[in-house]
Amino acid sequence: MSEHSTYTPGTAVEKWLDDRLPVIRFAKEHLMDFPTPKNLNYWWTFGAILVMCLGVQIVTGVILAMHYTPHVDLAFNAVEHIRRDVNGGRIIQATHAVGASMFFVALYIHMFRGLFYGSYKAPREIIWILGVLIFILTVATAFMGYILPWGQMSFWGATVISNIFSAIPVVGENIKQLVLGGFAVGNPTLNRFFSLHYLLPFVIAAIVGLHIWALHVPGNNNPIGVEVKESRDTVPFHPYYTMKDLFAMVLFMIPFAWFVFFAPDILGHPDNYIMANSQVTPAHIVPEWYLLPFYTILRAIDFNVLFIDSKLGGVIAMGGALVMLLIVPWLDTSKVRSGTFRPLFKWFFALFAINFVALTYLGAQPAEGIYTVLAKVCTAYYFLYFLVILPVLSRIETPKPLPTSISESVLGKAHA
Amino acid sequence: MTGAKTMFKTKIIIAAVAAMVGLASLPAQGAEGGAHVERQNWSFAGIFGTYDQNQLQRGFQVFREVCASCHGANLMAFRNLSEPGGPSFSEEQVKALAAEFEIADATAEGGVRAGVAADRWPSPFANDQEARDANGGSLPPDFSVLAKARGVTDPFPTWVFNYFTGYQEGGADYIHALLNGYHEEVPETAPEGFELAEGKYYNDYFPGHAIGMAPPLADGSVTYTPGEDGVTVPETLEQYSTDVAAFMMWMAEPHLVARKQTGFVVLLFLVLFAGLMYATKRKLWAGIEH
Repeated sequence: MSEHSTYTPGTAVEKWLDDRLPVIRFAKEHLMDFPTPKNLNYWWTFGAILVMCLGVQIVTGVILAMHYTPHVDLAFNAVEHIRRDVNGGRIIQATHAVGASMFFVALYIHMFRGLFYGSYKAPREIIWILGVLIFILTVATAFMGYILPWGQMSFWGATVISNIFSAIPVVGENIKQLVLGGFAVGNPTLNRFFSLHYLLPFVIAAIVGLHIWALHVPGNNNPIGVEVKESRDTVPFHPYYTMKDLFAMVLFMIPFAWFVFFAPDILGHPDNYIMANSQVTPAHIVPEWYLLPFYTILRAIDFNVLFIDSKLGGVIAMGGALVMLLIVPWLDTSKVRSGTFRPLFKWFFALFAINFVALTYLGAQPAEGIYTVLAKVCTAYYFLYFLVILPVLSRIETPKPLPTSISESVLGKAHA
Repeated sequence: MTGAKTMFKTKIIIAAVAAMVGLASLPAQGAEGGAHVERQNWSFAGIFGTYDQNQLQRGFQVFREVCASCHGANLMAFRNLSEPGGPSFSEEQVKALAAEFEIADATAEGGVRAGVAADRWPSPFANDQEARDANGGSLPPDFSVLAKARGVTDPFPTWVFNYFTGYQEGGADYIHALLNGYHEEVPETAPEGFELAEGKYYNDYFPGHAIGMAPPLADGSVTYTPGEDGVTVPETLEQYSTDVAAFMMWMAEPHLVARKQTGFVVLLFLVLFAGLMYATKRKLWAGIEH
């Protein structure tokens, strides 16, 4: 979308710089003048919100790392030291902990927006795939971060989750030992998780760079899913979307701040205020809420399939639930991007969203009685949606007529 | 502008954010088998919550005279007791208090020295095993963050509202309930076939009901000094347990008051700022059909 440049160096210095390192040209073309569909709704602001979340996590995280000690004897008190003795430490620590949750709130909304508006469809498959990689890396980073306070739930969560590696046939036990740095969660685990927890956000940031680069080749999708046809379909990114995104960020910071300042521990588990103890198992081991949908899928497979035992089956299902997202662009072959114009898809999508909420809820419930049945039903729908419903709908559904252009759709709305 | 439709979509987005945040707050599974914990009126609850200095001083007295003989508080330094937002003893009082304690210090002559304000509260036992031996095999937990390591599990839909009220006092409520939850004999409300092991006590709120701690407080067991204005506080179990639970909350969350005060200003700013941002955004977009 940047075939012709909008930048002419204004001064000799700018000219000199532009011939050597055209950063100003880059900023002008991609951060300011970038043509952006003018009909984007507020669901589209979560991309910018996620950039903010990543920034907040990195800045608070770097400060926390200055005061933290990754050692099994010292880590728990190091986090308390931050809360008690470091200037502003209680707020920095709470921002980081609450920030992880807010990050996932935004991440899930961003992904569901992509799924509804068909943002993964050609020519945007790579944007989607990079996004899925960012999601998986963020899950890994958040999981490792939760180990660092070295509370009971940190320790036992790590124990339960790292156990899933041992389900892999033949090499599983070795992989688990490699991940943990020993036979069980201990000091080597804490050290390597700390190291990786510091590393991965920068890897994520790099992939975010690629994600945005890939976005700037075809430009944004939009709520009607009809490509930009002419310049009056778009507005320059700055000031129109910088302003809208900034407003959305500030709005997003309100619930964020509510939790940080008034209920910093409500998203966590009281057991994590008890120092890790390998001799005492908590009554219920629950992962953080944002991992619960996948935890439910892991637990839902409690039966053997042929030579695959239930443990391996659960791991395959959970891994599959994530990896499957990578091929969504080829599962949904409907030519129409936006769910707005797909009368059947809409309903299945709504059900999928409700189903995802149900998976989250079930993950926090004990695996017994009605909950195990529901978990199986919800898991089944999760897979059916991608593997059966999307491909079949693409073939049988008759979409509603599309507007010919963004401008037409916008004007139509205005006169309606 | 397509006002109505935009409003509708905005509402969906707000609802989605709220739903996600709601999910974020799924109730953690708490101690099962315990009776329902009554919520108390804590001065530190809510967005304007602050600690009651007199209550913290009384709570400290209960802690020192009763609890501290078995329970440690290894994250609390004496100096914390004079910091603002807490019991706010004077620095002289804290220095004098610290000096009453002997602190093990390998670098001091004879291995012990008198405490100073910077010292942490000394543990009553040298190690966990000694603590167990002295308490019939049970380990008295450290008090430093205990008020946040305990919680109350609320049924649906109460836990949903907790996110909007910012209910963070479950630990204090639990401690208060526990201290008032003892029975001299196993009551009829006990689970069927409940047998109380030797050396254990029945408590309504303790998970599994059999607690190793004997009832630590009873009416009149601590003598409160009347205030300078002659106001007296009842010397009852109810009063002691409330005071000590509040003190434990302060110990676990010493900067709560500063945090909430900052939070109020931050939220006020964010709401006003968001309003201004919205007005700017609207003005900017006014000429664009979108």
